[in-house]
Amino acid sequence: MRPFAYERAATADDALRLHEDGAYYLGGGTNLVDLMRLGVEEPARLVDVSRLPYGEIELRPDGSLLIGAAVGNSDLAADRTVRESQPMLAQAVLAGASGQIRNLATVGGNLLQRTRCSYFQDADKPCNKRDPGSGCPARDGDNHNLAILGHSEACVATHPSDMAVALAALDASVHVRGRGGERTIPIGDLHRLPGNDPQRDTVLESGDLITAVEVPPLDIPSRYRKVRERASFAFALVSIAAALDVEGGTVRDVRIALGGVAHKPWRARRAEEALRGAPAIGEEFQRAAEAELDLAEPLRDNAYKVPLARNLIVRTLTELGEQS
Amino acid sequence: MDSEVTPVHAEITLLVNGTEHRLRVDTRASLLDTLREDLGLTGSKKGCDHGQCGACTVLLDGRRANACLALAVAHDGAEVVTVEGLARDGRLSALQEAFIEQDGFQCGYCTPGQLCSATAVLDEAERGWPSAVTEDLRGDPVLDDDEIRERMSGNLCRCGAYTGIVKAVGEAARKTQAEEAKA
Repeated sequence: MRPFAYERAATADDALRLHEDGAYYLGGGTNLVDLMRLGVEEPARLVDVSRLPYGEIELRPDGSLLIGAAVGNSDLAADRTVRESQPMLAQAVLAGASGQIRNLATVGGNLLQRTRCSYFQDADKPCNKRDPGSGCPARDGDNHNLAILGHSEACVATHPSDMAVALAALDASVHVRGRGGERTIPIGDLHRLPGNDPQRDTVLESGDLITAVEVPPLDIPSRYRKVRERASFAFALVSIAAALDVEGGTVRDVRIALGGVAHKPWRARRAEEALRGAPAIGEEFQRAAEAELDLAEPLRDNAYKVPLARNLIVRTLTELGEQS
Repeated sequence: MDSEVTPVHAEITLLVNGTEHRLRVDTRASLLDTLREDLGLTGSKKGCDHGQCGACTVLLDGRRANACLALAVAHDGAEVVTVEGLARDGRLSALQEAFIEQDGFQCGYCTPGQLCSATAVLDEAERGWPSAVTEDLRGDPVLDDDEIRERMSGNLCRCGAYTGIVKAVGEAARKTQAEEAKA
């Protein structure tokens, strides 16, 4: 590992001041420290932001949640208010990583974790995300667990977060403090599709610091479900965050976001549009899922994700319909 | 490796198993290497060094964590309990006893991590923390075998002593609850 300077920020201003070219913010470090050990990331300086005063979860009068960026993943999932008001968010966080890792990992870091594409994580291999212009061996290589939607010639990586998938379905937004002041980014706009510059996972600029995540209220049946290669402690092959409101047999509101299928949490807008106002029955769920997955361009070894995602959508909506 | 680069050092304090240590560490040093190499506490094991196996699990400020993923410098002032600190006054904890009773290990390499992790699992359940298999997130979870398997999934055992580990954690949970009921 390359030597690096370490600074601990006491305030957000401090963090921004300490952040310079070649510096990285450090939260829990569960992904960054590993990538440094692998030689994938080589920061000259770490600015530790884990002790900034962003460790609170606030339930606001309008029913929305304001979750500090330094809140631990375990604390988020264990919080009684979160479990009551947004159980899908707690489910998604609990579906990720292990108990040990969730204790270290922060909300901000969870959003900014990098892909687990094996070529990205191997510093000896070409990778356009790690080394722009070097190529993408995953396109014709081991791509069984990579993207089926929204990928590009340059990159077929997936975003690994479970939490971000639930946040996408919940229409959350991200509070960011940067050199130009504060701004709020809808979660759907935070992560990017790879296009020609897959080295950029998000729209954040150098020095931007995530300070909080805001989750508006949603009081309809919801659920996070994850399919993986083993029962626990593995990244998603496909996951879904879904919410469904049915009245008189008709879909009044529906939210569907998929994980493990794209470079960002994939909000299934086409499927949602197909369902709004439609009868809440299996055939319609199937039709909507297929409308969304018509967009899929599976790679050599991951075509299985298309029926998997379809079945996950149909089954989860069917179950939610029974609760609605 | 770039031979031009110079290591950066920092002074930190760690309270490890009740003893305070002032240490000068390389900023690159993991908590795991610091415990093993600087403090000679070799109970915590380096399995994968990537947070995937759990052999390095310690209690960091009362919570289980992968010591391999924690930079020592980032945990200045922390309280750490390793497997060496689980016994009190020469007496094994109820969980350690249960691992022996229930045959919760074979080669023993993953055991220090299993023990630290399971110690925290009992505490987390006590505090009502849910897991991915908890059906009702609004209620308080009960540590049945499915809950134990899910909660211990961050600790691999390549000998495959899982059956004994699940029994041991379950037995320790019941004993702890019984003692609390008495008190």
